[in-house]
Amino acid sequence: MKFLIKNGQVIDPSEGLNKKLDVLVEDGYIVMISESIDENEADAVYDVKGCVVAPGFVDLHAHLREPGGERAETIETATMSAMNGGFTHICAMPNTSPCMDNAAIISLVLDKAKSAGFAKVLPVGAVSKNREGKELASIGEMVEKGIVGVSDDGSPVATSDLVKKALEYCIPFGIPLMEHAEDLTLTKKAVMNEGFYSTKLGLKGMPSIAEDIIVARDIIINSYVKGWLHIQHLSTEFSLNLVRDAKSRGEKVTCEVTPHHLFLNDSYLETFNTNYIMKPPLRDERDRLALIEGIKDGTIDAIATDHAPHPNEFKNCEIDIAAFGIIGFETAIPVILDLLYHKHCVSIERIVELMSINPAKIVKIDNERIGEGKKADLTVFDPDREVTINSFYFKSKARNTPFNGLKLKGTPVLTVFGERVVECKVGD
Amino acid sequence: MKNFNHRHLLGIEPLSKEDIIQILDTAKIFKGICKGTNKKFPALKGKLILNLFMENSTRTKSSFEIAEKRLGADTLNFSASASSLSKGESFYDTIKTLESMEPHIVVIRHSSPGSARFLADNINASVVNAGDGAHEHPTQALLDAYTIRETLGTLENLSIVIAGDIKHSRVVRSNIWLLKKMGNRITLSGPPTLIPRDIENLGVNVDFDFDRAIKDADVVMMLRIQRERMVESFFPSLQEFNMLYGLTRKRMRTLKKGAIVMHPGPINRGVEINSEVADSNRSVILEQVSNGIYVRMAVLFLLAGGRINEISN
Repeated sequence: MKFLIKNGQVIDPSEGLNKKLDVLVEDGYIVMISESIDENEADAVYDVKGCVVAPGFVDLHAHLREPGGERAETIETATMSAMNGGFTHICAMPNTSPCMDNAAIISLVLDKAKSAGFAKVLPVGAVSKNREGKELASIGEMVEKGIVGVSDDGSPVATSDLVKKALEYCIPFGIPLMEHAEDLTLTKKAVMNEGFYSTKLGLKGMPSIAEDIIVARDIIINSYVKGWLHIQHLSTEFSLNLVRDAKSRGEKVTCEVTPHHLFLNDSYLETFNTNYIMKPPLRDERDRLALIEGIKDGTIDAIATDHAPHPNEFKNCEIDIAAFGIIGFETAIPVILDLLYHKHCVSIERIVELMSINPAKIVKIDNERIGEGKKADLTVFDPDREVTINSFYFKSKARNTPFNGLKLKGTPVLTVFGERVVECKVGD
Repeated sequence: MKNFNHRHLLGIEPLSKEDIIQILDTAKIFKGICKGTNKKFPALKGKLILNLFMENSTRTKSSFEIAEKRLGADTLNFSASASSLSKGESFYDTIKTLESMEPHIVVIRHSSPGSARFLADNINASVVNAGDGAHEHPTQALLDAYTIRETLGTLENLSIVIAGDIKHSRVVRSNIWLLKKMGNRITLSGPPTLIPRDIENLGVNVDFDFDRAIKDADVVMMLRIQRERMVESFFPSLQEFNMLYGLTRKRMRTLKKGAIVMHPGPINRGVEINSEVADSNRSVILEQVSNGIYVRMAVLFLLAGGRINEISN
């Protein structure tokens, strides 16, 4: 099988590439890149005029729900969903049931992913056994199997002592401690961001300081042990400033933000729609604008979806018992292009950095992925095509998204990973 | 007189000043009728009203029931403990079951904010919110407004103090909407732990000094303090709460001439309000309870498509 991706703008900031080029793929490898390749060379041609051809997008944060939560999602549906949304690599968070805290479960997840045959799954192991925050999980054994980081995501790493030890222990492996920053004593039974809207709606609020306290704690510990701290789904201005300051001191701190924290704020809760319920909660407009500033000034390293599928009945219920989180693979590219490229004039190169180059670096995928002889690992997207998101087309098992029906400018078109080729469709 | 243009009463926030006046005027007519010998006005004869109370309530539920009966409606009480909710049925499935009973109006009390709206979105019936968590309790605000207007002769340009557990109170939120729409000045008072963040943005003042707050008030509305708030460390003891924020006899003496004292009930004597105040001639607490019936009659009547001129002549 030989196919040609024709007339696309090939952009890979890691090799300074930004040029209109044709790409010929054969048996999962790029065999030719040239300004013009004859269509007769290929069995199939994708004319992607006006589209960007980028190295495959990498999602640092996703919940695949398998094992244990197959009613919401399976590794197969998650990896299909990822490719339909334009991702070739996705990091699997360890809060499964049983949780990913040992080599055997990591192997199981990798085997399932391999047989599913879609996007590549990069597992993240638990920091602590059973994510209980007491004893370190067998991180070294999991590294042998291929974990790219450790996290107790869903919960913060429980104690300063454990954060210190985990950061220290991970140094030789060169993997980050990925932190879900939430001071649980401040978020008990809370539903949304604490502020004017939680007051108005009578919903229990999670103060932004619940995040900031843990980010500050971890940055202090990391500066002491000189490890690698990665802040997951960062959502507040204060935390962003803490990360910015740590970076300016030369400390190894990286962070990700989600498309929904960039696009939405807590005023959306006025609808009482449970698809606006997530952790961290949608913050206020000031925080949202600060995050967009963080995108522009380079403080934010990556955009990660925090894809969190749930069965319908966990969302179609009272707001204060609804499950936290929304799905994200299939809306990330439209949301980001519409918001950052069209509304905030962020360059396509920067967006490719945030969704492909930087996250790839964090999980140690080689850069300069676009080149003759390389494995085909491409995300093709159209920055200007309007799409009305329609979850009918989603490959995810779940439908918990607040973006359904929204008209957005920009859409994924084609995802290529080795011999797997997916023509993306996320709306009309 | 124009029709009442709402299918549901989910809160005061969506109502206009004219809507509020229409409800209060209708309630006034019902009060006149009910003070006569024939207390019934069977405008809702043949209509089924479901009272879905998924959280404990005695006075609100009773008040709605009386209002429904005086309007001649068929009523059915569906309480959480008696339903299959305890067996784990979802709220959505409960709603669908109730819908099959084809009610015209559902009155709902539920602990979750937004639950009345969730019900309205999922059922083919008019919905009356009888309290959804700490969000809204519109008929309480309406009966409070009715009582203020009846007692003071006006519902505009008044200084109104609401005090106590502002954070967890649906009554205060509905009252803020209503009293602001009618053009009054509102001051909230209570311990800072019980004043929710950024509430000033709703157009109210906050004064932690209760003595200062009540000095110029025309109306002082006390809110019920729940003991569990003490366990949650919002304040250290009921006694200390009474010392700082209780409406005591000493504080009552500092009130302006003609100022009235209100409470949505049930009252905690010696906590947020002392007996000498609750039983004084400044207190309109029992009038609030009676007026609740007429206000609820008005709401049910208007939602069912009734027009004020049908009853005024």
